[in-house]
Amino acid sequence: MKVPLSYNARSLLQRPVSTALTALGIALVVAVFIGMLALANGFRSALTRTGSNQNVLVLRRGADSELSSGMDRQGASIVTASPHVAAGADGRPMVSPEVYVVIPLPRAGADTTGLANVVVRGVSAAAWTVRNNVGVSAGRKPQSGKAEICVGKKLAGRFNNTAVGETLRFGGRNWNVVCQFSANGSAFESEIWGENEQFMPVFRGESFQSLTFRLRDPAAFEEVKRTLEADRRLTVDVYREADFYTEQSQLLGRILQILAILITSIMAIGAVFGAINTMYAAVAARAPEIAVLLTLGFHPRSVLASFLAESALIALVGGILGALLALPINGIVTSTTNWASFSEIAFSFRVTPGLLLAGVGFALVMGLIGGFFPAWRAARMPVIQALR
Amino acid sequence: MKYFHLVMANLGRHKRRTILTIASVALALFLFASLRTVVTTLSRAAQFGSARRLVVLNATGLVFPIPLSYANRLTTAKGVSAVTWANWFGGRYGDNKRFFAQFAVDPTSYLAMYPEIVLPEDQKQAFLRERSSAIVGRRLLDLFGWRLGQDITIQGTIFPGDWTFTIRGVYTPSDPVINDDMMLFHHAYLEERTGRPGLAGWYVLEINDPNNAAPIGKTIDDGFRNSSTPTKTGTEQAFNASFATMWGNVSLLMGTIGMAVVFAILLVTANAMMMSSRERTGEVAVLKTIGFTDRTLFGLVMLEAGIIAVTGAVLGLGGAKLLYKASNFNAGGFLPGFDVTTNTLILGLAVTLLLMLASGLVPAIRAARLPVVQALRRVE
Repeated sequence: MKVPLSYNARSLLQRPVSTALTALGIALVVAVFIGMLALANGFRSALTRTGSNQNVLVLRRGADSELSSGMDRQGASIVTASPHVAAGADGRPMVSPEVYVVIPLPRAGADTTGLANVVVRGVSAAAWTVRNNVGVSAGRKPQSGKAEICVGKKLAGRFNNTAVGETLRFGGRNWNVVCQFSANGSAFESEIWGENEQFMPVFRGESFQSLTFRLRDPAAFEEVKRTLEADRRLTVDVYREADFYTEQSQLLGRILQILAILITSIMAIGAVFGAINTMYAAVAARAPEIAVLLTLGFHPRSVLASFLAESALIALVGGILGALLALPINGIVTSTTNWASFSEIAFSFRVTPGLLLAGVGFALVMGLIGGFFPAWRAARMPVIQALR
Repeated sequence: MKYFHLVMANLGRHKRRTILTIASVALALFLFASLRTVVTTLSRAAQFGSARRLVVLNATGLVFPIPLSYANRLTTAKGVSAVTWANWFGGRYGDNKRFFAQFAVDPTSYLAMYPEIVLPEDQKQAFLRERSSAIVGRRLLDLFGWRLGQDITIQGTIFPGDWTFTIRGVYTPSDPVINDDMMLFHHAYLEERTGRPGLAGWYVLEINDPNNAAPIGKTIDDGFRNSSTPTKTGTEQAFNASFATMWGNVSLLMGTIGMAVVFAILLVTANAMMMSSRERTGEVAVLKTIGFTDRTLFGLVMLEAGIIAVTGAVLGLGGAKLLYKASNFNAGGFLPGFDVTTNTLILGLAVTLLLMLASGLVPAIRAARLPVVQALRRVE
């Protein structure tokens, strides 16, 4: 027969301070756990959303980022002429040969000494349809042949002169900000877009860095990759756009994740020790009760389960509390340099339901580990001695 | 101190609880020291830089080169005593599991500019003589199991192709902030292989008088303002600081986690102290009856809390200091010179003191104020 759970709940209420302290300790561990993984999650998700599965990114062979890549006009037109490139509504190929550079911009606000490396991407007119997650949220698209730029949503406010109608100076020229764009929370939102032909002469001269095009048939990617990489006129590497940007997040994403797990596991050990102390004290204080339970005919296994449940209950309260503590950080925007592309990207903390569940699960594991040995002792308590 | 035995006996009564509590305190302070050291290491890197060195960059951005022809004009600039230049190479070695920095430098002037990069004279001469040779940091050599004279092949990402260098020297930095996992090779070799001569990534200048850094920088930038490549000149320190800010707000993140860690452990210790004191209500009453003063009892409980906190702190802080020292940890090259500072240790002890007060105060006051008659009633 099982010992009813209400017995445990009432016992916990008998020693509210001790229960609260232990639960709060677990709550803090869970909050840090969720918070740090939300950071890693947000960063990963920003880059994962950047690429599309329908698009193909072409870089110079051996280049591991758009920044270190290079592609001349001839190469770009060879790729554009590929039969695998989808045609847009106007019948033109959906291709964007791009200029990709990183420029230093002073951060707005109190800390003006800090410079952030911001991506400036020169795109073709078709880029706005090739990247279907990009949409102009204020103003109008830059016109061809004019010194006009469109600024990603997450740059506005963090840098001066990035509002629509203002003038931003970089690359030795003034640029009119004519629009702001959103891109589904992706890394594009931390970029400045303009026309590739305008950026070419001010930055690196007659050369693109990368080329992105829409696939006519998304399933034909492997064939496209094979054909282009085998083309003797080109020396390129071909990536699925989504895979490429996901890969870009790996370095930092992994560091953040390892850090999160390392820090929280050390914290968790401390919290488990706390739970062990609490449960041992509980078992010691309730020795006569336990003896009575055993005398009444409750199986030692039931007593073990009962005390495990009690420990798990404390942990569950702690876990839920920790999840609630961590919840408000969802959506907070922070920024860091993505070392893979050497540019700063802004992203939001992402607390997902899965993460919250993982946090509560983590708490339960702490509770079960912390409660096991005390519960074991309770189950094997010598009845006669304890009843005295 | 005559009651020291009594306190030790009390601690020894629940050995398991005492050990677990001390262990939690130790873990917490270990984490505290580690997190704070991340911040101090980054800020030390940000402050590093000789006041005598300036860095000249292309005003358009770090990734754009500057003509090598500027070297002559920079050398003759007023107040400048030496000039050197370097290029970021950005290569991959092997499976690219472990990233490290490679720089193409002008060997003679670069080593003269950075006396912090120390290598034996014969190795230096061998490096200077051979165009396709390289020098590497001690850590890098150990990490990959290289040896002197070995050829290593690096795949270029910015400069395509396989690049083979012969290791002719191993350096050890005299200042821990300088990475001991870089590779330096001849700028001339880079030019020769790429067939695009005449471009430097950035220049480093040595100036006569550190106080003139700002005017010298301004004169240089003004001189190149209307050239094809305008420059941006700043102190080496500002250059390094700009890298440190790129991580974003690390100190806030580490600080917040640190607070959470300390607070979580405070709860564990306070709980343990409270449990002990509750179990001993009867004893305290007996002690009072036989003449222990309230103040002594207060002191005894505080001492007990103090011993737990301090033992934990010594283990945690000392452990962190020794572990990072012994393992020569540098976070895969991201945090060179990772070392727990004395400042951090002192701060850790302050946290310990706080821990002792916060965890011992309530039980200690309770012990001191315990009404004897009422408590004695519970004693069998």
